[in-house]
Amino acid sequence: MTGLLVLPAGLWYLILLVLPLAIVVIYSFGVRGTDGGYTPALVLENYNRLFARPDPFILSLEIAIAGTLLCVLIGFPLAYYLATRAGRRKSLLLVLLVIPFWTSFLIRTIAWLIILGPDGLDGFMTNLLGQDVAFLGSPWSILLGIVYNYLPLMIFPLYVTLERLDQTLLEASKDLGAARWATFRQVTLPIAAPGVITGSILVFIPLMGEYVIPSILGLGKVFLIGNVLQLDFLGSRNWPAGSAKAVVLIAIMLISVTFYVWTTSRGRAGRDVSVL
Amino acid sequence: MTARPMRPAVDRFAPVVEGWFRVHAGLVYGFLFLPILVVVVFSFNGTTRYVTDWAGFSVIWYQRAFSDPTVMNALRNSLGIAFVNAILATAFGTMAALALQRVPRRLRIVFDALTFVSIIVPEIVIALATLVLFSIFRDWVNPWLAYLAGSGGPVPRLTLGPWSIVAAHVLFNLSLVLLIVRARLSGMDRTLVDASSDLYASPWRTFTQVTLPQLLPAIVAGFLLAFTFSFDDYVISSFVNGSTQTLPLYVFGQIHQGVTPVVNAIASVMLLVTITILVVGQYVLTRQSRSRGERGSTPLGMLEG
Repeated sequence: MTGLLVLPAGLWYLILLVLPLAIVVIYSFGVRGTDGGYTPALVLENYNRLFARPDPFILSLEIAIAGTLLCVLIGFPLAYYLATRAGRRKSLLLVLLVIPFWTSFLIRTIAWLIILGPDGLDGFMTNLLGQDVAFLGSPWSILLGIVYNYLPLMIFPLYVTLERLDQTLLEASKDLGAARWATFRQVTLPIAAPGVITGSILVFIPLMGEYVIPSILGLGKVFLIGNVLQLDFLGSRNWPAGSAKAVVLIAIMLISVTFYVWTTSRGRAGRDVSVL
Repeated sequence: MTARPMRPAVDRFAPVVEGWFRVHAGLVYGFLFLPILVVVVFSFNGTTRYVTDWAGFSVIWYQRAFSDPTVMNALRNSLGIAFVNAILATAFGTMAALALQRVPRRLRIVFDALTFVSIIVPEIVIALATLVLFSIFRDWVNPWLAYLAGSGGPVPRLTLGPWSIVAAHVLFNLSLVLLIVRARLSGMDRTLVDASSDLYASPWRTFTQVTLPQLLPAIVAGFLLAFTFSFDDYVISSFVNGSTQTLPLYVFGQIHQGVTPVVNAIASVMLLVTITILVVGQYVLTRQSRSRGERGSTPLGMLEG
């Protein structure tokens, strides 16, 4: 009976997750068919070409890491404020945080197109400085769009851990003569660590595969892995080359997330760090 | 020198720190809401040319959007796909979460690993992998369809469309629902279930009268999350849509010619849909938890630790 209950979910995982990923791995060793798609083969050509030109991977990693760091730096003080100082306004502020998160990703990004574009910031700055300013279309505008879209994902887990922070610990630390910074480093931060880890993973994963933000705010001039994958599959229809990139991307994700969780949760009870 | 009584050190920086926290919070909220405000305000712009040239309040772009058959078709598709996806994902995810409590350990580990993979793999990889799978499936099925149809009459052809979008969305949302419901299950009081069966309730009765009411907030949250995810999704849909248009696909296609007031109007409508869902969901959950005397629930399970 219970076996029947897991059946639909299990079938879905098998047919739409395991099987397609296995096919992608097989495809990554193949060659492109004459009119696109796939022709069976067993070559390493796709991987060789990929490692010869790893630029999109490097740029994606740089932007993902910078974006995650920025989310921590901006999100931490806000989560701390919400958890400890917001008082009566807390529930309202929390709902306000959820609203942008629930609104369409596409729309929030398009809005920046107006704000940053020639009728917005870029135009204003160009007039002001008397020379062309093109923030839109640069990796910086992508970083901005990324922080904007993923900040709530960082704040939620941070808030949850910080809310459990026992205020008497901070008072004790203060009474024992610790300065503000020392209290933060030695009391608050270790307690908040699981939240930082969960938040970082939640932000880092979608960042690595991001392709909507770079294609909108990058004006088609910036190529992250996501954009390259999109081009390979829907543009030039070179499925084997795209498959090889997808396989490398999955490998990067598995290795980096496992490594990150492992190094940051060493020495603490591993259970309180949960990606799932 | 006379000894003075010890006084607690005055923290001179406390107001500064306090003020800084407030300013920071204000700035972040401004940052989060500025773009949404821009979209909504300019959707009411009566201009006929540039989006940002303010030419008075007008609802003309809403009228245009609602009388455009392409837009309405895309809206219908989006709502339908989101609804079917949310039903399937919620049902499958909840069933699996319930069953995983009592399946053999080895099966549970395999399931956890698959859930982990489905979450850790970027959305675009799911999108392209399912595209490859569906294409193979389509190319395999179509000759059979042609064969079955025989020589006379029109030959049915399977093409990618709403069904493939739903199938791929369910994969992504199933794991979300599974995790949310499981988090709720693990915080549940098992003794109530035991008490119920001690009082000779049938397993089905125990489920509908004890387990289900306690799980409901998580199930509702999962359903709403799945619905909005699907309604807003661009990445997966853009790979497996075939020739089906959804609202995000339409909007994305439009902005290649720059942001137009029509896009702003459609965006505002989408905003209204998601915010309505959010508010209704929150209302249902708060009422439900109040009636059971619980502390106010967090927004739609998003903050469950």
